[in-house]
Amino acid sequence: MSLIQGVDMRSARRISTIAMAAVLTISAAAACGDDKKKDSSSGSGDKKTIELKAGSTMKKLADAKKVKVGVKFDQPGFGQKDPASGKVAGFDVEIAKLIAAEMGIPESGIEFVETVSKNREPFIQEGKVDFVVATYTINDKRKELVAFAGPYYTAHQDMMVKKGNPKGIKKVTDLDGKKVCSVKGSTSEKNLKEKAPQATPVLFEKYTECAEELRNDKVDAVTTDDVILGGLIDKAKDDFELVGDKFTDEPYGIGVKKEDTDFRNFINDVLEKSYTGGGWKTAYKETVGKFLSDVPEPPKVNRY
Amino acid sequence: MGVVLDHLGEFGNGWFTTIRLSVLSFLLAMAIGLLIAAMRVSPFQPARVVGTAYVDIFRNSPLPVLILLVWFGLPKLDIDVSRFWAAVAVLSLYTGAFLGETVRSGINAVALGQSEAARSIGLTFTQNLRLIILPQAMRTVVQPIGNIWIALIKNSAVASFIAVPELIFRADHVNTEESNPVPILIGAAIGYLLLTLPSGFVLSRIERRVAIKR
Repeated sequence: MSLIQGVDMRSARRISTIAMAAVLTISAAAACGDDKKKDSSSGSGDKKTIELKAGSTMKKLADAKKVKVGVKFDQPGFGQKDPASGKVAGFDVEIAKLIAAEMGIPESGIEFVETVSKNREPFIQEGKVDFVVATYTINDKRKELVAFAGPYYTAHQDMMVKKGNPKGIKKVTDLDGKKVCSVKGSTSEKNLKEKAPQATPVLFEKYTECAEELRNDKVDAVTTDDVILGGLIDKAKDDFELVGDKFTDEPYGIGVKKEDTDFRNFINDVLEKSYTGGGWKTAYKETVGKFLSDVPEPPKVNRY
Repeated sequence: MGVVLDHLGEFGNGWFTTIRLSVLSFLLAMAIGLLIAAMRVSPFQPARVVGTAYVDIFRNSPLPVLILLVWFGLPKLDIDVSRFWAAVAVLSLYTGAFLGETVRSGINAVALGQSEAARSIGLTFTQNLRLIILPQAMRTVVQPIGNIWIALIKNSAVASFIAVPELIFRADHVNTEESNPVPILIGAAIGYLLLTLPSGFVLSRIERRVAIKR
């Protein structure tokens, strides 16, 4: 009995070794193959392939067939998680998919991690995510901590007020002396401080909470990028309206580790490819385009 | 740590708000706790039921849920309170449940003969509790009450969820400007330590002073 068992064990081990070797060979071949013909899986619509430099982040991710992307879970149009299906959808998510596709990573290999405005830098620095596409405005202060590919979109900061605009807020300067809700750690909060220094900032974790503050008359206005406000208004057309004073330009970028220039250049290449190939436009129309009517021109990528 | 020193004023403001939040909440929670403990040992059954229900509700609800629920829920009931007092209310309701249970355990630690003796000389339930039982009970629960006080100081950080400008809120605000979370969070942590460490020291002294010599 024990002899037979021993034989069994040994042959089982041999078989598993062979199987493992086979799997490794096949997957290695698949990885090589993907390098050459991954444009077929790429959604950017351009047939030209971008080279994955040996030893680079994109090469490592392509080999692992897995990537972790930081996105928002609560921003309609950009990154919003459907509680029923658990899927995240939006423009940022589509952009992330374009980048992943260029590395030959299937959608099932993308893990979307929730990042909020104030934890994006540490998440990138500590490698909790490989890159961040989360309505992430490029600015100099942030460039000291992380690097930005893009911009892939330019939003404008605006204000949302109660339907009928009872406080008569027309321009950003009208916010002086008012209570204004925004999200902690956001550029919107900083811009508010600059443009309306006499406004009282009321800061929450999420814009959905700001909307609730406005609904309950605890604040006079909510300020952030127009696309985000557009998403909130889309869900409560009878309660809120957009003021329409586009008082800033917010270039949205893709955050990567500060020293990872190769990866940044690669993402920039993917973006430019999607601009010419039509991938960007399709992504926009299917997401943000649904509640902001006109399709803008994609912004010029800034390779600093 | 330069960023913390640059914003010492903001940190200081937040620190004082944290102290105000904690002290006011603790005083209210202590009143709630004594009441709840009295209800739970009361000979009157409905009081025991209400006391138990209170403890079950507030001890078992996550604090962030409670504070957001109260803050966003009160306007739906046309009740208008400030952010600060909404936070104080939630913190004291929550902490009151824990204090109630702690005081009750102290009451149960007092020898049964004490209560029997008090009743036999004609003291009412309230007199018995106030004059005989509680003075002995409280001495045994100094340290657990101290633990609850320290937990309350740290729990007060949830007030930042509804934009009460306490220590964590200010730290977040400074971080928006500086985008440098590590030193800023360390600064905030030191702020809490400046409250909790002396509290621990004072508690040990009180405990030694009031301890029942056996």
